[in-house]
Amino acid sequence: MPDALLEIQDLETQFKTPDGIVHAVNGVSFNLAEGETLAVVGESGCGKSVTMLSVLRLIPQPPGKIVAGEARYQGKDLLTISDDEIRKVRGGQIAMVFQDPMTSLNPVMTIGKQLAEPLMLHLGMNKQQAADRSVELLEMVGISEARSHLKDYPHQFSGGMRQRVMIAMALSCNPQILIADEPTTALDVTIQAQIVELVKRLRQELGMSIVWITHDLGIVAGIAHRVLVMYGGYIIEEADVKELFAHPSHPYTLGLIGSLPRVDGNQKDRLFSIEGMPPVLYSKPNACPFAPRCKYAIDHCWKENPALVEIQDNHKLACFVDVKTGRAR
Amino acid sequence: MEASNEVLLKVDGLVKHFPIYRGVFQRQVGAVHAVDGITFNVFKGETLGLVGESGCGKSTAGRTILQLYKPTAGHVYFNDIDLGSLKAEELRKTRRKIQMIFQDPYASLNPRMTVEEIIGEPLLVHGNASGKEIKEKVAELLLQVNLNPAFASRYPHEFSGGQRQRIGVARALALQPEFIVCDEPISALDVSIQAQVVNLLEDLQEKFGLTYLFIAHDLSMVRHISTRVAVMYLGIIVELANRDELYAEPLHPYSKALLSAVPIADPVFEEKRQRIILEGDVPSPVNPPSGCRFRTRCPIAKPGLCDVSQPEFREVRPGHFVACHLVD
Repeated sequence: MPDALLEIQDLETQFKTPDGIVHAVNGVSFNLAEGETLAVVGESGCGKSVTMLSVLRLIPQPPGKIVAGEARYQGKDLLTISDDEIRKVRGGQIAMVFQDPMTSLNPVMTIGKQLAEPLMLHLGMNKQQAADRSVELLEMVGISEARSHLKDYPHQFSGGMRQRVMIAMALSCNPQILIADEPTTALDVTIQAQIVELVKRLRQELGMSIVWITHDLGIVAGIAHRVLVMYGGYIIEEADVKELFAHPSHPYTLGLIGSLPRVDGNQKDRLFSIEGMPPVLYSKPNACPFAPRCKYAIDHCWKENPALVEIQDNHKLACFVDVKTGRAR
Repeated sequence: MEASNEVLLKVDGLVKHFPIYRGVFQRQVGAVHAVDGITFNVFKGETLGLVGESGCGKSTAGRTILQLYKPTAGHVYFNDIDLGSLKAEELRKTRRKIQMIFQDPYASLNPRMTVEEIIGEPLLVHGNASGKEIKEKVAELLLQVNLNPAFASRYPHEFSGGQRQRIGVARALALQPEFIVCDEPISALDVSIQAQVVNLLEDLQEKFGLTYLFIAHDLSMVRHISTRVAVMYLGIIVELANRDELYAEPLHPYSKALLSAVPIADPVFEEKRQRIILEGDVPSPVNPPSGCRFRTRCPIAKPGLCDVSQPEFREVRPGHFVACHLVD
């Protein structure tokens, strides 16, 4: 990859819980290129959010702990720089939008104040400049009569409008990278479509890189350039979006795509279902973490955890089995 | 199982308003028009999908049909019996035949009861089964929902979301109902688990000849499971048709926009897809817009018509109902 903006190497994050140490992220490596939209897909508990939160050092420590890895950004390792430095990166160059717009805005602060805060903090604007820029930002995300909304409180906004405010806030300091953690999950489909269109437009206008964390493969198909599929804290498949949907090669990816009914034509009689449920890893597995649910599993899958290897250009896979033949690859 | 022409449930002009009280004297100052006059039939053996965005009244509709909320107006006939006219004891008896599966598998199971107590409770309340019979029946029900009967003495927290939803399904099945209202039964579950529960619901329908009212916001899942689909917007049904007809050729502008907003897991298709993006949000159900409720967001609304009179919910083609002035 020529110009990787962000380079994650062997990231490992664990959480201490009363039941033992949970291995949430187990050696994840990937790059984010300039102007690229990377989707991170997986079910709840697969480590997709923790991976990105670890990169920005936003996981609560303790109980969480980043035990290994590197996150290279502009020649620096985000995981080891000082607290002051990481604070400048967060919200400044790398911004984040969270899932629930209801809880990620401060309910007792006006929208205007919340928007102005990062502007004054990161860009050293005065009150008036910050207010003007806030209006600009709100207009950019499609909120009309923006100035009159500055004095509103979050509860006066609908879910979709709140998510727009969150995006405006994230974009306020012209970040190079936007991390969006399930930004549309709490929204209705028509509002979700509005937000997705908005992000696509802004991506074009501002040229930023986006990491879009989601469980919804439909959204991935519409917005991503490249996709990482995660399971049990590992990346199990990585490919360009078209390649992934045309030739899903990991049994889990295959199952995920198969379990989705389509809203247009091509009805399947019966949905493909993956039996069992996602694992919680209390120790690093020495077998494939998906093997207990995998109908392709062969003996070898129980003896070793497959590494992520390139099976062709722009397509990496962590699986011993060739799903087309059902035999070891 | 094929749907028949026999009407199992008839909903006629059902209205549910929630009053809003204000001030020291708690005077009624208005009402949330949650469900504002819906009329439809559910045929025996079919699955009627009820879709709409949050706040459109679909869950309230489901609960009002079961008489969990007392309707403000309108009637619900189950097997030609007007549920609203029944006395409490008669209603309780009729309810054996009508059950519900709830959205949140975490909140809908009592954490202090074992699985056996949860599934056995309806048997205890409605039947005069002995302890041993209940035990046997619970074991049988657990098997039917693909859970190990040995789990009967466990508590809900020991199960995953998908397993809990199965327990909820087993409880609904306990009294051998004819009709089950499924209120967003899969929206709290992960994708791979959703398919498990949907497949289970389909198997059970086949086996016991059940009729479902399937309430959901996930249009692709509704398409998969339903025989017919009703689309709700702000308290009214705007369109009702056979599944394939509705998805292939939606007539109401809202149904069109809703369908075009659903993301499809196919990047090649998504690339060239034309979307209808609706402006703004759903208006408040306290003061629904005059005339057609969708007119404030409708791309084709005609001033002088749509803001004046409320469109009638009429049959424009056999079995295809639409509430829009501009559809002929």
